[in-house]
Amino acid sequence: MSELGPIFRALLRNKVGALLLALQIAVTMTIMVNAIHMIENRSSLMARPSGLDEANQFYLSSTGYAQDFNEQLVVEEDLRLIRQLPGIVDATQINAIPLSGGGWSMGLSVEPGAEARGSGIAVYFVDDNGMNTLDVELIAGRNFSASEIGYRGRNATEWPQNIIITEAAAKELFPDLSVSEAVGKTVYINNDEPMTIIGIMDQLQAPWVGWSAVERVMLVPQRTLFGSSRYFIRTEPGQRDAMIKATEKLLLDRDVGRLIRNVRTMEETRDDSYRGHQALQTILWVIVTVLTIITALGIVGMVTFSVNRRRKQIGTRRALGATRWQIIRHFLVENALVTSCGLILGVGSSIALNIWLVDVFSLPRVGWHYLPIAMAVLLVVGQLAVLGPARRAAAISPALATRSA
Amino acid sequence: MIAYYFKLSLLSLRRNLLLTGLMIAAIGLGIGAAMTTITVNYLMSANPIPHKSEQLFYVQLDSWDPNQPYTEPNEPPDQVTWTEATNLTAAKQAKRQSAIATSNVVIEPERAEQKPFIASVRLAYSDFFPMFDVPFLYGSGWQNSADQDLRRVVVLSKKMNDELFGGEDSVGRNLVMAGTTFQVVGVLDSWELKPKFFDVTTGAFNEMEDVYIPFLLKQAMELPSSGNNNCWKPFEEGGFSAYLGSECINYQMWVQLDSDAEKADYLSFLHSYVEEQKRLGRFPREQNNRLSDVMEWMENQEVVADDARMMMYMALMFLVVCLLNTVALLLAKFIGRTPEIALRRAVGASKRTLFLQHIIESAMLGVAGGILGLAIAWLGLQGVSGLYGEDTRGLAELDLTMAALAVVLAIVSTVLAGIYPTWRTCSVAPAGQLKTQ
Repeated sequence: MSELGPIFRALLRNKVGALLLALQIAVTMTIMVNAIHMIENRSSLMARPSGLDEANQFYLSSTGYAQDFNEQLVVEEDLRLIRQLPGIVDATQINAIPLSGGGWSMGLSVEPGAEARGSGIAVYFVDDNGMNTLDVELIAGRNFSASEIGYRGRNATEWPQNIIITEAAAKELFPDLSVSEAVGKTVYINNDEPMTIIGIMDQLQAPWVGWSAVERVMLVPQRTLFGSSRYFIRTEPGQRDAMIKATEKLLLDRDVGRLIRNVRTMEETRDDSYRGHQALQTILWVIVTVLTIITALGIVGMVTFSVNRRRKQIGTRRALGATRWQIIRHFLVENALVTSCGLILGVGSSIALNIWLVDVFSLPRVGWHYLPIAMAVLLVVGQLAVLGPARRAAAISPALATRSA
Repeated sequence: MIAYYFKLSLLSLRRNLLLTGLMIAAIGLGIGAAMTTITVNYLMSANPIPHKSEQLFYVQLDSWDPNQPYTEPNEPPDQVTWTEATNLTAAKQAKRQSAIATSNVVIEPERAEQKPFIASVRLAYSDFFPMFDVPFLYGSGWQNSADQDLRRVVVLSKKMNDELFGGEDSVGRNLVMAGTTFQVVGVLDSWELKPKFFDVTTGAFNEMEDVYIPFLLKQAMELPSSGNNNCWKPFEEGGFSAYLGSECINYQMWVQLDSDAEKADYLSFLHSYVEEQKRLGRFPREQNNRLSDVMEWMENQEVVADDARMMMYMALMFLVVCLLNTVALLLAKFIGRTPEIALRRAVGASKRTLFLQHIIESAMLGVAGGILGLAIAWLGLQGVSGLYGEDTRGLAELDLTMAALAVVLAIVSTVLAGIYPTWRTCSVAPAGQLKTQ
């Protein structure tokens, strides 16, 4: 690498140009590292399992308006008829839909009294078919029995005796107990109303995907009589769309003075809830890609200029015996030197921007492994960008040296 | 002379079309990305009621749990209870006041061929309409007396009136909602607020309600609550009235106060109101009353989404890269022209004229980049609304201000980018340069 010296000295003749390129690369790297970090961060949020069988589930609302609408009878008959449809796995009434953004939460504590520390938990009112419909697995204890299912009026304040909670909720309430030991434990709702945990399920998400306690859920064995009921329905694989039509027809054909609304699949619900994340990811990808292309094209442009300005010197070097490869190598090494300075600067500014983002937007810290990856990518992009103009430089005829201006 | 410089610049730009294209593309992309995100942020942070935003105040009282604040650090709840909503409005201590809330009802249209449907309802007091300068197409809001008399009156949005009455003047007509007959007293003209500042609890850019009815009908008709309903204290048995009497918050309270003196008076009224409630055993926390005007409230509620701000910073950094790129390319280009400049200097061109000529060349790049940037921003906004769907209604439109800003930003930044390269080239010593030739 004896030529490093001359290359470096040649660089110094256009200090500002080199500095500008280094700065550009530093900022490019800063954006790249932080954007990809954000993209990854959103991906991991979206990858959290909901615990559902999303591809085969849908739901709808049934709202009574007729004066003689008897919600209790209608719901029971509706569910019985839906469950009989061929292609339906199971159906339940539920008060809120996982991931949908709207729902009900309560505080549970392990000690009674207003001063006890409560843990927030999402509430789903379901019947004994709830777990099968949601497709959640029991990992300890038992499911509700049909006789346990009660009714809940709009202004009810009492809570039933038995509940099923997620493993995450059990860990939060009883951090020192194993999952099976939590079964049978008493927890308190509304300060001092006791409830017994009869079962633990593996996983189910709350309605709010942005909630820090999204894994904490409890199932309560009640049917709600709120005037408007939601039915959550699970179908055989591949049958969902046909079953949506069949279910709608079935319900509309029953003339009981109600409206069927908001027929939606779980997949649509997921897309809606994560639309913002998905959009941000796409936008950041576009920014990173275009940015890399601009930086690469900028390098092509600058090397082209520098080749044009040095045509005579290049011709002279060729006449003095330099090979084409040595000419190409000159430009490659020159670019590598400048890029490396930019990248070292970029490590600092990437971390600085991340610290600021952590501070202002409470984003997580960037993983250190992003830094070497971004450095390698930018180094390779730089070298590739130089290659074209450098090869044109190498094609300059040695005879050029002998001509005067 | 200027015209001549334009011609020279054009010639110089055409000499290396690829490179000129590259510079224009870089500026255009940078400006386009920046303008896309700036527009979204600008529209999100727009003042929805500019002529009045400093007279309208959102009321917060701390009725929350004695053991923990509503949100850290000691923020009062973002809504009020039914008790406060009705008491404060009835007290009439401000020039205008209205508690508001949302609910929904089933509407059974007159025309048999229309099926019953559910509509979201805005519950409000009569002051709501003059306070927020609500525009009317037909009729007006209801009388003050209708609030307390629980009159079944309704104001419809233009859209709802079109749907139900085919756009006719429906004032005086009847409408069956929630099983009860209402009389239409007014129809709104088109009314879209971005952000929908008077209720941001479930999102600042939601659709406007289509039906407005007197607030106290919630109690009389036991209308369901929608929006966010938060409770810290379990409430007694006793059905709907127990729920309304509970410490659950589901209502937004607005007052109009025209001067600082009125604001101070209102704050002291709130203080004595809370004292009185404390004597009744409510309000276990320390007094923490707050009046926020519209823009303060928008800031408090962080109406501009974090993602939008983050994207804007990313896009501005992107613009910086594009500009650095332009500076470097211009520098390389102008330096390549040193011999020519040396010759012009030797035959008498002043530094000033050369400077002007090169700045004009930069500015021309800026104009082209700005126009390209405008097109890219337009495309970008289409993309943003495609990606976000419904959420961005009205938040992804370029207006004249933004379009002008795009072009100005492009020209200013390119001229700035051109200054150093221009200065560098113009300060060559002609003699030295000519000798080496």
